[in-house]
Amino acid sequence: MTQTALRLSGIDKRFGPVHANRSIDLSVAKGSIHGIVGENGAGKSTLMSIVYGYYQADSGTIEVDGKRVTIASPQDAIAAGIGMVHQHFMLVENFTVLENVLLGAEGGALLAKGEAAARAELARLARDYGLDVDLDAKIEDLHVGAQQRVEILKALYRGARILILDEPTAVLTPQEADKLFELLALWRSQGSTVLLITHKLREIMAITDRVTVMRQGAIVATRETKDTSQAELAELMVGRRVATRVPKSAAAPGAEILRVEHLSCIDERGAARLQDISFSVRAGEIVGIAGVSGNGQTEILETLAGLRAVASGRILYKGEALPPPGTPARAKFARSVAIAHVPEDRHRMGMVVGFDAYETAILGYHDDDALRRGPLLSESRSIERCRDLMGQFDVRPADPRLRSGQFSGGNQQKIVLGREIDRDPDLLLVGQPTRGVDIGAIEFIHKRIVEMRDRGKAILLVSCELDEILALADRILVVCGGRIIGEADGAAADEKRLGLMMAGIAA
Amino acid sequence: MSSRGDMPAWADYVLLPLINLLLAFVLSGLVVLAIGEDPVRAMRILVEGAIGYPEAIAFTLYYATNFIFTGLAVALAFHAGLFNIGGEGQAYVAGLGVALICLYLDFLPWPIIFVGAIALGMAFGAAWAAVPGWLQAKRGSHVVITTIMFNFIAAALMTYLLSNVMLEPGRGAPETRRFIASATLPSMQTMLGWIGIEAPRSPLNFAFFMAIAAAFLVYVYIWRTRWGYALRVVGQNEQAARYAGIDPAKTIIVAMAISGALAGLMGVNEIMGAHQRLLVAFTGGFGFVGIAVALMGRNHPLGVCLAALLFGALYQGGAELAFEMRAISREMVVVIQGLIILFCGALENMFRPWIATLFARHKAA
Ligand SMILES: Nc1ncnc2c1ncn2[C@@H]1O[C@H](COP(=O)(O)OP(=O)(O)OP(=O)(O)O)[C@@H](O)[C@H]1O
Ligand SMILES: [Mg+2]
Repeated sequence: MTQTALRLSGIDKRFGPVHANRSIDLSVAKGSIHGIVGENGAGKSTLMSIVYGYYQADSGTIEVDGKRVTIASPQDAIAAGIGMVHQHFMLVENFTVLENVLLGAEGGALLAKGEAAARAELARLARDYGLDVDLDAKIEDLHVGAQQRVEILKALYRGARILILDEPTAVLTPQEADKLFELLALWRSQGSTVLLITHKLREIMAITDRVTVMRQGAIVATRETKDTSQAELAELMVGRRVATRVPKSAAAPGAEILRVEHLSCIDERGAARLQDISFSVRAGEIVGIAGVSGNGQTEILETLAGLRAVASGRILYKGEALPPPGTPARAKFARSVAIAHVPEDRHRMGMVVGFDAYETAILGYHDDDALRRGPLLSESRSIERCRDLMGQFDVRPADPRLRSGQFSGGNQQKIVLGREIDRDPDLLLVGQPTRGVDIGAIEFIHKRIVEMRDRGKAILLVSCELDEILALADRILVVCGGRIIGEADGAAADEKRLGLMMAGIAA
Repeated sequence: MSSRGDMPAWADYVLLPLINLLLAFVLSGLVVLAIGEDPVRAMRILVEGAIGYPEAIAFTLYYATNFIFTGLAVALAFHAGLFNIGGEGQAYVAGLGVALICLYLDFLPWPIIFVGAIALGMAFGAAWAAVPGWLQAKRGSHVVITTIMFNFIAAALMTYLLSNVMLEPGRGAPETRRFIASATLPSMQTMLGWIGIEAPRSPLNFAFFMAIAAAFLVYVYIWRTRWGYALRVVGQNEQAARYAGIDPAKTIIVAMAISGALAGLMGVNEIMGAHQRLLVAFTGGFGFVGIAVALMGRNHPLGVCLAALLFGALYQGGAELAFEMRAISREMVVVIQGLIILFCGALENMFRPWIATLFARHKAA
C-alpha cells in the first residue's frame, strides 16, 4: 500500500569520460527516509542534482507521485515539490537570511508585501520545526549549522514535500545532527519524504527506513535498514572490510612545538571570540579541540595560521614568538617555517573552485623554488606534484586538469588535505580533516595523521566529530564560548563527560 | 555550475562567436535595408574598405593596435576581479608622459627618447590606474566609479594643460608642436622601406609590434608566472588568497597599475606613433571600445587580438562606408558596432544553451 513519492528509471549521466551515473533505477516510498551511501565520487550528488534540475540526465525518466515530470531546472523541481540542501551551500553570502529565503520566491512585484507575509510564514515554520535563525542576520556572519537551517527553511518555504539532503551532518555537531534528525522524523510522520546522503553509517542505521548503496555510478544494493548492518554497508560501499578505528600506540611527546599564551580575539562587531586561551602542543602529539561548532575552534586555527588578528596574547613556535597574526605576510611566514593549515571550510578558503586541480594543489605554495623555472611558474612541475598527490590520496578522477569544483566533495577535501600533509610540516593545524570523505578514505586519512605524529610532528586537530577526536587525539581540550573549559586525556576520555563539557554544563 | 562545460572547447571559442557575429551582421543588414540602402553593397564597401587594399589594411591594423592595448588592459584587470573602465583616461595622461619627453627632452639620443618616452607614458598610465586601485584596496571605493571619475579628471587636466601651458602659440587647435623625427616611433612605411618594401603612408607604426608583444607577455604573466597566479586567486576568491599568504590589496594595486600601463601604450601609439604631437581628446573612445574587445575576446590575449582586429576592420571599413554611402552616417556605423558588441559581448550566452543541447543530442545519438 506504500505509495511511491519519487521514481527514477534508467538515469544515466556522463561528464566527458566520467560515467557519473549508470542507468539508475530507484524508487523512494512516500513518507519514508531513504538513505544513499557510497564512496567519494560514486555519483550521489550528481544523481540528486539531476533530480533537482541542476544537471540534465543524458537519458532516463523521473516520476513524482506516480506522474512523469520533466525537470529541466531547479524551478521545475520546486514546482514538483522537491527541495534540496546542497553539500556546498547555495546562499548569497552578503544577503540576509530573509533575502536568501525570498530569493526567487519573492511573491509579488512589491518586495515589502512579500516580505511581511514571508516573515509570518517563516516564523511559523521555525516554530513548528524548531529551526531558529535570526531572519535579519547576514549569511556570512552565521556559522555553518545555522546556514544549513537557512537552506532547510528555504526548501520548506517553497513547499517541498520531498527533501533532498546532501551530507547535511558533515558540518554539524552530534547535538545539531540529533536535532536535525528529530526534524526529519517529524517531517516523515507528516507524510513527507526525505532523501538523505551521508557518509556516516551510524546515521543511516539510526534514522533511515531503507538505504541504497552506490558504487562507481551504479546502484549495487538497496536494503531495508532493519535488515542490514554498518559492517555490511561498509563492505558493499568499499568492497572490503574497513577498520572503524585506526590502531594507535601511546604518544611519545617530545619538545614543545607550539605554545599559546593568553590568546584573546574579538570579531568585527567587537564580540569576544576567544578569551584567554592558553595551551601547548608538543612534538609527536595530537591535541584535539572538541566543542560545539562556533565556540572558538575556527578562531583558534585561523589565528595560529596567521589569518586573524588577535587582541592580546602570544604565540610561541619552537620557543620563539611568531609575528602578530592578521596579515597575508604572516600567513606566508607560517608556511615558510613548516606550519601547515587545513582550513575547515575548503570551499571558502582552501581552494579556488574555478581553478584546475593542479592550480589548487599549489595554493599557498606557488612561491616554492621547486615549482619555478626561471621567472616562470612551471606548469609541468605543478601538474607533476598534483598527480603525485592524487595518487597518494587516491583522488578520483586523477586528472590534474579537471576543474577543482568538478570533483566530488570528498575528493576536493582529499586534494586540500593532501596538499598540506604532503608538505610534511612540523606543525599541522587541521580542521575537519574528514568532512565529507567516505569511510575508506577516513581510515586512510587517520592513518596518515597518526603516522605523522609517530614521526614526531605536532598536530592540532579541530573536529566537531567527537568520534574523530576520540579516535585521534592524545590530549583533548574542550572549548565553549571561546574559552578552554576542560582538558582530558585522549585514551581515558569519557564521551558522556566530554559531551556535557562541550555543552558548557560541567567542567 | 549548470551547463557550462557541456560542449567542446572549439564550439565555445569559435562556433559561438561566429554565430553571434553572423547574427549581428544580419541585423545590421536589416537596419541598412530599413534606411533604404542596399545591404549587400554596404557589406562589400565595408569589407573592401577594411581589407581591400594595402592602405586600408594599414589603417585597420593601426586601429587594432589601439584596441589590443585597451582590450588587454581590461582583460588583465578582469582576471584580478576588477573592472577597469578608465582606459580612456589612463591613455590620455600616458600621452602626456610621452609628450613630456618627446617635447622637452628631444635633444637626447633617440634610443633614450624611445625607451624613456614609452616608459614614462606607461608609468603615467600606471599611476592613473593605481590610484583607483589603491582606493579600492584600502578604502573600498569601487574601481568602476573611481576610474570613470579619473577619466573626467584626466580630460579636464589635459584640456587645461593643452590650452594653457603646452599649446604651440599661433595654432588654432589646442595641441603642441610636432615632435622632431628622432622623437617619434618609426612608421610602418619607413620600416618596410628599410627592407626594400614599398608601402603606403598610414598611421600604422612600430607600436603594432609592441601590441603583439604585449599580448604575448600578458598571456605569460597571467598564466605562467606566480604573480599572475596570485592575481587570479585574488580575482576568484579573496579568502583563499589571504589563506595562501597573498596580499589582496597589493595584488589589486599592482594589477591596476599594469592595466593602466597597457592602456597607456595606446597613448604611445597615438601620440608618439600616429600624431607625433599631443592633442586634445586623442583617445577618441578607444579606451571604452577596449571593454567590448575584452568581452568579446573572453579576456584571453589571443581572443583580444582577434576581437581587436575585427573592431579595427569595423572602424576602418565603417569610415569608408560613411564616406561612400550618403545615407549611412558615422553614427550609423556606430550602431553596427553597437550591434556587434551586443551580440558578441553582452548576449554571448544567448545561444549557448541551445548549442549545448544540440551537442548533447548529437552525443546521445
Ligand atoms: N560538473 C562536473 N564536471 C565533470 N565531472 C563532474 C562534475 N560533477 C561531478 N563530476 C564527476 O562525477 C563523479 C561523481 O561525482 P559526485 O559529486 O556525484 O560524487 P559523490 O558521490 O557525491 O561523492 P562525494 O561523496 O565525494 O560527495 C566524480 O568523478 C566527479 O568528479
Ligand atoms: Mg557529493
